[in-house]
Amino acid sequence: MELLGRQEVWNITYDHALGETASYFFTQIRDNAKIFGRRSAKNGHVLVPPRAFSDETLLPTTEWVEVGPGGRIEAFTMVYERFNNLPDPPYAFGYVLLDGADTALGGYFKGVDLKDPDAAARQLAIGTRVITKFAAERKGDPLDFWYELA
Amino acid sequence: MSGDRVGIIGIGQSAFRSRRDDASYPDLVREAVVLAMADAKLDFDAIEAIVYSLSPDAMVGIGNAERLGVDAVGGRNKRFLRINTGGSTGISSVAAAYYHVASGACDVVLTAGADKVGECGDSQTVLNKIWDPTYERALPLGTINMLAMSAVRYMRNYGMTQEDMARVVVKNRRHASLNPNAHLRKVVTLDDVMESRLISWPIKLMDCCPQSSGGAAMVLASEQFIRDNHLDAVWITGLAHRAETYWMGDRMGNNPTAEHADAYALRRSFEKSYKMAGITEPPKQVHVAELYAPFSNTEFHAIDAAALCPPGQSVPMMRDGMFELGGWIPVNTSGGTLCTNAIAVTAMARVAETALQVWGRAGAYQVEGARVGIASGNGGDHQIFGTMVIEA
Repeated sequence: MELLGRQEVWNITYDHALGETASYFFTQIRDNAKIFGRRSAKNGHVLVPPRAFSDETLLPTTEWVEVGPGGRIEAFTMVYERFNNLPDPPYAFGYVLLDGADTALGGYFKGVDLKDPDAAARQLAIGTRVITKFAAERKGDPLDFWYELA
Repeated sequence: MSGDRVGIIGIGQSAFRSRRDDASYPDLVREAVVLAMADAKLDFDAIEAIVYSLSPDAMVGIGNAERLGVDAVGGRNKRFLRINTGGSTGISSVAAAYYHVASGACDVVLTAGADKVGECGDSQTVLNKIWDPTYERALPLGTINMLAMSAVRYMRNYGMTQEDMARVVVKNRRHASLNPNAHLRKVVTLDDVMESRLISWPIKLMDCCPQSSGGAAMVLASEQFIRDNHLDAVWITGLAHRAETYWMGDRMGNNPTAEHADAYALRRSFEKSYKMAGITEPPKQVHVAELYAPFSNTEFHAIDAAALCPPGQSVPMMRDGMFELGGWIPVNTSGGTLCTNAIAVTAMARVAETALQVWGRAGAYQVEGARVGIASGNGGDHQIFGTMVIEA
């Protein structure tokens, strides 16, 4: 028998509030090109991205701490496949432990030749030093900054 | 708890495919339920509660699709509960069914669900939405590159290579070729995997699970009911769940609690399951394992977390064929998640396949003499884990 189908699209707009902690973080990025974490008083850990409370101590974080702009790569990948609603490949991104932080912050890696994947992987090896770069025009969002090899 | 055991008395699974154009979503749920009820040799009237296994709504494209599923599971006027823990949903659902019985609230409970991932044209878009809109959504995160980053750290920590990852694919595809319900059943070579196109370094196309459609259902019952009705069963003797932090960047950096290379909470969950089952030396006491691993690299840290070997030793042991059918402890004899992934029921299939093995009903991929098996499920951003020990 003939089997029928039906195509459907979900297109929903949300207007998310960021809350106080993330608002401060993105305002500092937008206005001063600086990245801040939050220190957990009990164990001293600096959480980046900043959070209002520590999931380890379960207490509120108490202090803003500027971190970076230098750091070291903790994880990376290079994407070569095209996905709907994601950037055109290839691109590299991953996580960086910024100087002064205890947890790693995600971002794109730019300025690395991705033509030879295995060679790019060697360039982005865990432990490699990077520097945070900021866009000249900043909106206060996660794409205002990225990482380049130091 | 009453102290009585909880048994599995019925199992139903679809033959998983990319698409099932002959069946609507509730039809697919119903298909698995009918198979499980026939296997249990019970009438629907015997079912006292239903645990409905359904991961993100957007994957099937139906908001709160458990509404549509109520009829398919015979849920009218019965206890009904939806479970969603992402990829681990299926094993979480079996656990919830277990607790219905173990608490003494019910004697017979059905858990069931289905997925039609093959109908979702944008599964990685759906999975990008599991990251928070505040800090991380703007990054091109998805489950593939999240676990590619786990692979990168595992390579650094334990020396896993891309060829080692390919070995997992070759093994599981060979296993799947023996399982008529598996989605990807074609045997592949190491070269086939290595030459498949790069998706997210070091993960290639054949290192990835497929997007599958199909359903699964299981019937659980109290030991008393099983004995009174002279039913055949295998037993859930240990189970646990554990979660770890949402933040992937907290699983690296300075002295992380849960290292992203490993599966920290999965290890803790297995420890608890083994303790409950009285298993003190897993490598000596476990005969077969179905470990949730949607990408080839993740099978290594799953084997490590199940304490079948010291961390990282799974890599040389895989090279030696120790986890193949006929090997030391066969892992993912059904082909596993790598060959079939209908997300809402994938982790239920791990439990079901383990049960079939210790029951001696695994057909062409039966592990001879298997009496004790383990199963696991991983959900969220590698974050919420469930484990079970199942014994004959």
